[in-house]
Amino acid sequence: MKITQISVFLENRKGRLFDVCSLLGDNEINIRALTIAETESFGVLRIVVDKSDVAVKILKDNGFVANLTHVVAVEVGDKPGGLASVLKVFADNNVNIEYMYGFVEKFSDKALLVFRFADTDMAQQILAKNDIKVVTEKEIEGL
Amino acid sequence: MIWKEQVECAGPADLKNLQSDYLSKLTAYIYNNCPVYKKKIDEAGVKPEDIKSIDDIKKLPFTTKVDMRDHYPYGLFSTDQSEVREIHVSSGTTGNPTLVGYTKDDVKLWSDVMARTMCCAGAEPGDTIQIAYGYGLFTGGLGFHYGAMEMGLRIIPTSAGQTARQLKIMQEFKPRIIACTPSYALYMAEEARDMGIDPAKGNWKIGIFGAEPWSDSIRREIEELWNMLATDVYGLSEIIGPGVAQECPHKDGLHIFSDVFYPEIINPESGEEVAEGEDGELVITTLTKQAIPLIRYRTRDIVSINYEKCRCGRTSPRISKIKGRTDDMIVVRGINVFPSQIEHVLVGIEGTQPYYQIVVDRKAHKLDEVEVLVEVEERIFSDEIKELKELQDKIRKEIGAVLSIGVKVTLVEPKTIERSMGKSKRIVDKRTL
Repeated sequence: MKITQISVFLENRKGRLFDVCSLLGDNEINIRALTIAETESFGVLRIVVDKSDVAVKILKDNGFVANLTHVVAVEVGDKPGGLASVLKVFADNNVNIEYMYGFVEKFSDKALLVFRFADTDMAQQILAKNDIKVVTEKEIEGL
Repeated sequence: MIWKEQVECAGPADLKNLQSDYLSKLTAYIYNNCPVYKKKIDEAGVKPEDIKSIDDIKKLPFTTKVDMRDHYPYGLFSTDQSEVREIHVSSGTTGNPTLVGYTKDDVKLWSDVMARTMCCAGAEPGDTIQIAYGYGLFTGGLGFHYGAMEMGLRIIPTSAGQTARQLKIMQEFKPRIIACTPSYALYMAEEARDMGIDPAKGNWKIGIFGAEPWSDSIRREIEELWNMLATDVYGLSEIIGPGVAQECPHKDGLHIFSDVFYPEIINPESGEEVAEGEDGELVITTLTKQAIPLIRYRTRDIVSINYEKCRCGRTSPRISKIKGRTDDMIVVRGINVFPSQIEHVLVGIEGTQPYYQIVVDRKAHKLDEVEVLVEVEERIFSDEIKELKELQDKIRKEIGAVLSIGVKVTLVEPKTIERSMGKSKRIVDKRTL
């Protein structure tokens, strides 16, 4: 199962992250996972929210550049070596990770991690074959 | 000294006779040798024999940068390329660069006007000159070189850059004259201090600065820092390169060598001549050039003119420092930059033209810096930083290649660049010129 991530272009300027978050908050949209990749002059905010279609429309209506990307949220045992065991599966199967980040909250005793793959479909097949649990869009909304 | 007193100090009637004679010959020459000009002159409804006096120049059509571009490379030449001895190329507004060529006699003319230029600044035969303008396709270095050779100076052809070596050479060979861009003169003062050299005790006593606009406040700064006389030189490659006009030590306007480069100051909209002392666009006719003579060339530089005899004895009219441009060209480190060049690159990369802004800045005593802000639109946005950085890098490299100067490219959020009347404000010049 793929889930939807919203990416937003942000200049390195005071208050821009606040602007995005308060805009989403005012519209009753809940952020589940978040990361920022930055360069010296700009950054890309990546978020997973409960209502991504609504959220991306609100962002665009307010002048932000935003797009939707498919990512995979994977359950990882919340213990030493938990992440490594999942990464080993990717490494053994030549699955290339573009980037990854953690969830803000958990919905079981497992940790949740968001992966962006170069080839999402292939990554999903490998995950399924190795019985690694991925989180569905529905589960994200219900978090 | 005055290098060519008989023309530089000629009475108005003598000068007018000379100019009239040159213009009638020039008109016949280009009419018979340059099909592009023949067509232009025919279209203006003029015959070469109608041009008898310099006052008849108003009957002739203007020549523009667009003509240079449209007839690239050789369309405006009046000689066969086998007669050409040297060519120089500068970047054009879009697409084609500007090509200029010189016959052997044109190089002699250039040597002569550059010798006049250096004398006008106060050089004396036997002086040493350090030429820190770029040698190469840029006309600055070689133009000074020819003139210095002509008037009998000892030449140190350092070209631009390698500042530490420039300063060492100054100390070692003690040139009394330095020729470079004014911003480089400021930059070298800073570097000198860092090297433990007091610029005020430097050897340069006369500076011939040009290739970019600069103000009297920068002049005062340079003169104080270096303890020298700082003079302004004007020129453009289409006319000849440096050597079109030069300030004398009275620093009250630049003497334009009007016996060979006939100036008119016009209202850029109506094309009509403006009154003496009023601001207008400088239009120049090269009265004696052979390879690529230009008639009524629109320089796009805004100046005023003063026909009074100067205290130095020269009667050649004086133009003011450049007060502005009729187009949105800016000059950065001696290089002409047009927004259209940057648009061209952006359209090439992105398919359509994004909003962009060019910010030119000069930190105290540093070289000019160009930053291009580009608004990120959805079709170029990616969630992956590396793709955005690649895009940024590609824009930076391509603009750098087109302009021949390094620029910084910054991606910005949409709608953050100020709009004026629906169009973005394309150039922000923060420099104190």
